[in-house]
Amino acid sequence: MKYTLQDFKSDQEVKWCPGCGDHAVLASVLRSMPAVCEELGINKENLVFVSGIGCSSRFPYYMDTYGFHGIHGRATALSTGMKVANPELCIWQMTGDGDSLAIGGNHFIHAIRRNININVILFNNRIYGLTKGQYSPTSKFGLVTKTSPYGTIEQPFTPGQLVLGARGTFFARTLDYDLALNQEILPIAAKHKGTSIIEFCTNCVIYNDGTHKEWSARELRDDTTITLRHGEKMLFGKNKEKGIVLDKETLQLKVVKLGENGITEKDILVHDAHTDNVGIHTMLVNMKYPDYPVALGVIRDVEDKTYDDNLWNQVCEVEAKAKIKSVDELLHSGATWTVEK
Amino acid sequence: MEHKIIDTKEVVIRFTGDSGDGMQLTGTLFADASALYGNEISTFPDYPAEIRAPQGTVAGVSGFQVHIGATEVKTPGDLCDVLVAMNPAALRANAKWAKPGASIIIDTDSFDEKSIQKAGFQTLDPISELKLEDYNIVASPITTLTKESLKDSGLDNKAIIRSKNMFVLGMCYFMFTRPIEFTEAYLEKKFAKKPHLIAPNKKVLNDGYNYAHNIHAIPSTYRIEPAKQEKGVYRNISGNVATAWGLLAASEKSGRPLFCGSYPITPATVILEELAIYKQLGAKTVQCEDEIAGICTSIGAAYAGNLAVTSTSGPGLSLKSEALGLAMITELPLVIIDVQRSGPSTGIPTKTEQTDLNQALYGRNGECPVMVMASRTPSDCFRAAFYAAKYALEHMMPVILLSEGFLGNGSEPWKIPSMAEYPAINPPIIKECEGKFKPFERDPETFVRKWALPGTPGLEHRVGGLEKTPAGAVSSDPQVHEKMVAARAAKIAKVADCIPDLEVIGEQSGDVLIVGWGGTFGHLYTATKNLLEQGMKVGFAHFDYINPLPKNTAEVLSKFKKIIVCELNSGHFVNYLRAKEPDFKYEQLNKVQGQPFMVQEIVDAVKAL
Repeated sequence: MKYTLQDFKSDQEVKWCPGCGDHAVLASVLRSMPAVCEELGINKENLVFVSGIGCSSRFPYYMDTYGFHGIHGRATALSTGMKVANPELCIWQMTGDGDSLAIGGNHFIHAIRRNININVILFNNRIYGLTKGQYSPTSKFGLVTKTSPYGTIEQPFTPGQLVLGARGTFFARTLDYDLALNQEILPIAAKHKGTSIIEFCTNCVIYNDGTHKEWSARELRDDTTITLRHGEKMLFGKNKEKGIVLDKETLQLKVVKLGENGITEKDILVHDAHTDNVGIHTMLVNMKYPDYPVALGVIRDVEDKTYDDNLWNQVCEVEAKAKIKSVDELLHSGATWTVEK
Repeated sequence: MEHKIIDTKEVVIRFTGDSGDGMQLTGTLFADASALYGNEISTFPDYPAEIRAPQGTVAGVSGFQVHIGATEVKTPGDLCDVLVAMNPAALRANAKWAKPGASIIIDTDSFDEKSIQKAGFQTLDPISELKLEDYNIVASPITTLTKESLKDSGLDNKAIIRSKNMFVLGMCYFMFTRPIEFTEAYLEKKFAKKPHLIAPNKKVLNDGYNYAHNIHAIPSTYRIEPAKQEKGVYRNISGNVATAWGLLAASEKSGRPLFCGSYPITPATVILEELAIYKQLGAKTVQCEDEIAGICTSIGAAYAGNLAVTSTSGPGLSLKSEALGLAMITELPLVIIDVQRSGPSTGIPTKTEQTDLNQALYGRNGECPVMVMASRTPSDCFRAAFYAAKYALEHMMPVILLSEGFLGNGSEPWKIPSMAEYPAINPPIIKECEGKFKPFERDPETFVRKWALPGTPGLEHRVGGLEKTPAGAVSSDPQVHEKMVAARAAKIAKVADCIPDLEVIGEQSGDVLIVGWGGTFGHLYTATKNLLEQGMKVGFAHFDYINPLPKNTAEVLSKFKKIIVCELNSGHFVNYLRAKEPDFKYEQLNKVQGQPFMVQEIVDAVKAL
């Protein structure tokens, strides 16, 4: 490979708290970039890291690439402008649950709807860290924080559901510390043409420690999570002894054990990330522990036209047909008259 | 009665009717025909925010005023010589704009009891109630005549009634000896895909013309000879279109593709609409989800190397404030066009004002000066937009260009310039450097930083809203911050070295200096000429550049005994001058009615000093 991890490391001191999940995300991204450049056939100078405001949004300073640290919630709009201006750029947007789902919610859903070809890493620690511990749009109902001393009284978003509702073409979910899975997912996300949303379930050690712990802890993971891969059976458990089926009577997903009630591997659903049908993907992103294992991996990866391609195609079509080719011609187009003397 | 043709230097005509009566189109066609005929023209659309307000009500009245002249015309005129009122509500709303003794054309078919009451008249005699007895009332059954004209056209009743504006237009063409051919050609083009509509529209237009010729209600027709204009090729252009084209011109000159991220807002939307057409000239437009996305997509595009633009009006500028600070601190080129309208909040969205100047100068958090410029006439919007882009690109900074609803919607003939007359635009793009690229290292003379475009190998760097050292490292060091604040401000102040000097029209020194900025130019200019003709020693200085001010500002101000600053707000620019040039005493003339000045108001104010 052309690049190594060292090529992407900036000289800036990383200032996240010790133990913060963001360190692991940075490590995952640094390790993935050589493969991303290789697979897309691009150079380092074509990478741009864009962010909004929040702990995770410091990310661009830690990459030795082009980078833009924007303002709160607006990274998606910055990214959209960059990609439209120069489609050769490979854009990675770093954003948190407050940045993209609260103040930047509007830009987030519209970028997804337009399917602009950018990659968005959504750090979901379910809390506002940089402002020192207020609840976020993904905080669990009842969470006690500084602004909810008696517990929150609002229900959280499930980011994947929001992405699919906004007609997302790519959604993956992963865990901050699972570097192997992250390195598997990030190049797939980069290759996806359209808005790729990768939810990283991250841990804030200071203000929301262990928010994902009940299912994300290493020792529980075999039974509490299922890693989905396109074309593979939806199996999980230490010995892959459990699986997901569709209950044909309730039309809901159901966890089953192989060998019980005559269930064989044949009955287990095969993951189809490429199906346009959003129904099954919605059921998968909404699987909540303890009723279900939490789905990780690439859940949806569907091809569709991208905004940037559509725009550039339109530019080319209009150019080919246009009679006006210069500003001088434009100024003389339409009704004009000549004053002779 | 013998028919007379009166030669006159100028005439103002105001077309008014229900929002759905097509008065904007009628006025535009009349203006275009006059411009093509060779007259000087200036137009002023005056319409409600509602697309189709309740029919027959005063709230739903839409107007379009055209000023045509055989000599210089710089304003749409204060009061009109001819008022067309298609219904009682239009008469009630617009009678106040008619000169004493003006001709008023009314469609008697629409003056029935119900419509008169709906317009809010107390009696069934609107003419007496409005005290218009001494006016030349041309009462014609326009709807009936249109129906009669088109009874064999095969069109349905609705389509026939809709054509009554063409009948009125025909009448006006006769009254003002306008050639009808231009409009016939327009109809042929407009209905190319519906050819069955061409003949009926032409017929009703000609029937209106002949009707006006045949009736004796019009004692005389006016002839306004073509104006003596400079040799050249001319076109009619509105301010919003000129703004869009000026940006396209800057894109061509700079070699930077144009990007416009915007959100529709009255009265600025036409800029986005116009740019959306010219993809062949490399313009890319994104109709964003909101105003904030409009500016932020543009900042992203600027970072990526485009000539980035966002167009808006006052409320949108408010929403863009935070991001404007981001463009300023990241030192990226960006043009923000604010087509001002009446505020605060939604205000009177279709009416013109100059009430965003304070917002443009000061409306951001932190130490955040930006360059502020203004357009003076509809066609001048081209020049202003070109130079706003030039300064933004060459000085790596956001520039706010203030236009106004009055300019954006208004139109005037324009001698088409050649792009060869316009200067080159040289953005400070860097392709390579020794060692690490330091994004905020500056040119020692201009304080301008270099522009390294993503995709350029070896120049990888980070920008952002956090304060940084010249090398680009995040810093909260007190000394670094203060130095960077000063450097950014100095960079903008130094643009004064590049902008043209302030010019004085009229007397170069004397009793009174009339001062203005923006879209009041035409009215202030006409008032100045008027006062000079009356023998007063007045000069007129109009500011196209507000921040920074032209370098000779104090010198110009010092040449006059009195200074009066005229603007369509409560005194934004006069207070700015008081702060910037405190050695002078300033009088002021302010108007905040959502309407342009009237020339007479300015003349009176100057005389009263």
